[in-house]
Amino acid sequence: MKEEFKVISELIDEKSRVLDVGCGDGILMEYLLKNKVVDARGLEISKEKVKKCLSNGLAVVEGNAEHDLKQFPDLSFDYVILSQTLQAFMSPENVIKDLLRVGKKVIVTIPNFGHWKVRLDLLFKGEMPITKNLPYEWYNTPNLHMCTIQDFYNFCHNKGINIFKTISLNGQKTSKITSSNLKFKNLISELGIFLLEK
Amino acid sequence: MGNFGKMKSITIKQPLKLDCGKEISNFPLAYETYGNLNEKKDNAILVFHALTGDQFASGINPVTNKEGWWNYAVGPGKAFDTDKFFVICANVIGGCMGSYGPGTIDPSTNKPIGTNFPVITINDMVNAQYNLLDHFKIEKLFAVAGGSMGGMQVLQFVSNFPNKAKVALPIACTASHSAQNIAFNELGRQAIMSDINWKDGLYDGQTNNPDKGLAVARMAAHITYLSKKGLQEKFGRNLQERSDLKFGFDADFQIESYLRYQGSVFVDRFDANSYLYITRAMDYFDLTKQYGGNLSKAFKESKTKFFIISFTSDWLYPTSENKDIVIALNAIGADVGFVEIKTDKGHDSFLLDVPDFLSTIKNYLNTTYLNINERRI
Repeated sequence: MKEEFKVISELIDEKSRVLDVGCGDGILMEYLLKNKVVDARGLEISKEKVKKCLSNGLAVVEGNAEHDLKQFPDLSFDYVILSQTLQAFMSPENVIKDLLRVGKKVIVTIPNFGHWKVRLDLLFKGEMPITKNLPYEWYNTPNLHMCTIQDFYNFCHNKGINIFKTISLNGQKTSKITSSNLKFKNLISELGIFLLEK
Repeated sequence: MGNFGKMKSITIKQPLKLDCGKEISNFPLAYETYGNLNEKKDNAILVFHALTGDQFASGINPVTNKEGWWNYAVGPGKAFDTDKFFVICANVIGGCMGSYGPGTIDPSTNKPIGTNFPVITINDMVNAQYNLLDHFKIEKLFAVAGGSMGGMQVLQFVSNFPNKAKVALPIACTASHSAQNIAFNELGRQAIMSDINWKDGLYDGQTNNPDKGLAVARMAAHITYLSKKGLQEKFGRNLQERSDLKFGFDADFQIESYLRYQGSVFVDRFDANSYLYITRAMDYFDLTKQYGGNLSKAFKESKTKFFIISFTSDWLYPTSENKDIVIALNAIGADVGFVEIKTDKGHDSFLLDVPDFLSTIKNYLNTTYLNINERRI
């Protein structure tokens, strides 16, 4: 079980309705079903992963978040989750807009491009960084729009999106991110987990 | 046709009001079952057949002596695992395998009813089959499933009886028959009706049946069940038992020979009037219209879990039309899963050995059955 999923799970109230966008193999959905008795739905672009989810009896629909979020009515979920997928969209801004339309609350996790290892790679090697969370070469990465925790924080601020909670994840260690420790957390966090509301 | 002696059937005594306004009663509905109904009676799956199917989904069809139409999917250890589930399949009304249809002998004339048979709809078919639940004293089915016209029946069943199935599997189907679907069906009907033996549908069913028309209808329809790529790979421009073109109109090409064969074997097992009636029922199917233009309303009362499947190379009931059903279900927050299976086998994929398709259904059904019993969902 990924530490990230435990953190996400703690943000979610029991018996709520959850949509996992880019749900992958459905591991988070399974975890939430078991630990939070939620009503869970998933959206996933990979046929192979959708088949795996359905084989496990999960309510997962094959689709692309950039086109297929449209079909979900306004505020039809208590929580919409987007785990480490935002950077792969053509238009992250529009996807975030749609997530905030569909979900009363939105949980977004960001692989942090501001982590010190990433910065050092570029500074000393002069090469595009390759890390545990970002394992691709520049020429085959599906990640079109990398950002840092600071970037996403600024984005929310500029777009008038309310940030309820921001959590830093570094290895197994979690900590709170606040406006006063943001610069430092942006340097040491591998992942940023944001709980948002319109 | 014939040899109906080995068939199981129920007689539906109470009147069934048809969409056309007529009423039928005391009519037979032929069915077959596979596996065993458990003590709790919670393991029953009602499977609906497509246009030219019948109740013999699995094993050997005792009338045609050929494999059942869904033999790849239904049986011990298969997708619909008859070691676990009790699978029921009925011949639709309007059909020609023992259920009330245009081929049924009218006792007053001792001749087939023919085109005096009332026009029936998917709704009528489903309402007739609902009687099987009473017959087996099943309070609630575990699942309803079917492909193509079978899928349409699944959708209609859930909208008519929102709390009678825990799981619904509509496969390669649509909520509303498209202009293209109607066009192909009309082509088939015209082929039959232009056959001199059709005689306004009052042929005797013994000799001089409209076999030529029915065979052409089948040939045309068969093309729509396959994909261009599938046809090209299987037949290409291969010649049929000859080394060169013969400059005539015999079957030079393998694809011609194949289609002629498909047409000729079809007429041995199918009644031309049934073909007219059933294609008509498909054309009239428009669940969206039944619910005032809002398909979501068809499922509003239902707590059924839906699993919808389409195929990449199916151009008859394309993914977009299957996805319309998914969209309608998501609009009301229904429990829905959907996957488009990658295959070159066209619309026919649901009848064929497509491992991804069969294994996903199998796992989905087995897991869901366990989950429901453990009250996890």
